[in-house]
Amino acid sequence: MKLITAIIKPFKLDEVREALSALGVQGMTVTEVKGYGRQKGHKEIYRGAEYAVNFLPKVKIEVGVKAEIADAVIEAITTAAKTGQIGDGKIFVSQIDKVVRIRTGETDGDAL
Amino acid sequence: MTLDRMKKIGLGVAAALGALALSGGAAFAAAPPPDPLNSGDTAWMITSSALVLLMTIPGLALFYAGMVRKKNILATAAQSFGATCIITVLWMIVGYSISFTNNADPNLQKFIGSFDYLMLGKMGLKSINPLAGTIPESVYMFFQMTFAIITPALIAGAIADRMKFSAFMWFMSLWLLFVYCPIAHWVWGGGWLGTMGALDYAGGTVVHLNAGTAGLVACLMLGKRIGYGTENMAPHNLLFALIGASLLWVGWFGFNAGSAVTAGYNAGMAAAATQIATAAASLSWMFAEWLIAKKPSVLGMISGAVAGLVAITPASGFVDAQGALIIGLAAGVVCYFAAVFVKKWLGYDDALDTWGVHGVGGALGAMMTGMFAKNAINSAGKGWLTDGNGGQMLIQFYDVAAVFVFCGIMTFIILKLIDMTIGIRVSKEVEVEGLDINLHGEAIHG
Repeated sequence: MKLITAIIKPFKLDEVREALSALGVQGMTVTEVKGYGRQKGHKEIYRGAEYAVNFLPKVKIEVGVKAEIADAVIEAITTAAKTGQIGDGKIFVSQIDKVVRIRTGETDGDAL
Repeated sequence: MTLDRMKKIGLGVAAALGALALSGGAAFAAAPPPDPLNSGDTAWMITSSALVLLMTIPGLALFYAGMVRKKNILATAAQSFGATCIITVLWMIVGYSISFTNNADPNLQKFIGSFDYLMLGKMGLKSINPLAGTIPESVYMFFQMTFAIITPALIAGAIADRMKFSAFMWFMSLWLLFVYCPIAHWVWGGGWLGTMGALDYAGGTVVHLNAGTAGLVACLMLGKRIGYGTENMAPHNLLFALIGASLLWVGWFGFNAGSAVTAGYNAGMAAAATQIATAAASLSWMFAEWLIAKKPSVLGMISGAVAGLVAITPASGFVDAQGALIIGLAAGVVCYFAAVFVKKWLGYDDALDTWGVHGVGGALGAMMTGMFAKNAINSAGKGWLTDGNGGQMLIQFYDVAAVFVFCGIMTFIILKLIDMTIGIRVSKEVEVEGLDINLHGEAIHG
């Protein structure tokens, strides 16, 4: 099982959610985060007081999926979240040791 | 004879008989003196008082609170709220008396009123203050109270993010009694500046230059905020600041037009002048900023509006629409430079630009009042460019200088005293963690 963590531009969230839904991915966790990569921040000025804001708002999506569909999920996220501009984001894939559905106690594949 | 002529003759006879009856009546019993109360004036002045109170709560509270960081938002609003309450009570106890009553000794009367109205004991139902002869004294006292409230509350802007609440409340109290009340008496209560001919319709010097000067002294004495110049101190919620500024704008009609103390021609002209100057100032700040910083900020346009409100304050009941326009245009640009560039060059941490907007704007407005006061608008004033009265400029300058010097010195003494006893600045840890949680035990969540 794989944990797919994607940092994307916030306005792309709905598109990504729909793309994953089409693949049969039943759920996800979404967090509002701040970050930067190659995309630089911006400058804010308040009555002469200048502040460089280096962190940009992003959205982090985490989905746990069966290993077999991991590549398809990555492909779907990439297509949906891409704009071609700097700052589109990154996807991290990590291994999940165990998954449990709290309500029923189902584990691993049955819980995804 | 026509019916019309008969009516006229009939009226004439009735009038003559009436006059006879009245004069005859006087011989038998003294007719009661006519009630000087004007219900239109009274209604307007009660309304004005409420409008000016709105300027402080929540106008100023939101304006300032929206500009500070999230960790200090409640503490900043608490300063406006707390000031409102303590000043109300002190005004009732002694403030009104020493500001707006006459001192029996003419030498003292130049500088201060009397204790005659301690606890407002002498304020009966039908009392009337000669300074406002057509409204109840209770209303005049309340109206002036709302000015006494907002003036010290304005100072909070200069010392934002770093003052102890206890020290602040002490500061509000002592400053009211030893700075605001004397100056109000000097200009409006029968004191030396008013009798000298200083023109300050609604408080350009009494309120704004006064508060601004105190703010400058206070921010210098408190010192810069930790991280000033390096740390991100961006406003937490500029929408609050916009709402606050808008409430200030609308409430200001009570401030300026209410200073007519009557509901009539002068109130109307003052209202018109206020609106024109404010909008003009917002535009001139906006355009100046657009030109120099390349973008017109929301903070800039609301600050410009406030600068206009401040500058038109002393002039509002003396100028015509054109004078108002010029004053507004000047105020936006001048205060933009004062708040943005002069502050940076000189390096003082006037956190919310109390000096830059209220101090500078008030002084500018006072001087421009001398330029544009029009005798045809208000017989109490004769301006330089309008009526050829250059001498008014000197009188205005005396007003500005007197307020600046007296306020500066007294503010320094008061803050020094408070600092030596309980301390005025919060500790480093409290300042870094935030005032809301440390001074008030509360936080804004979410």
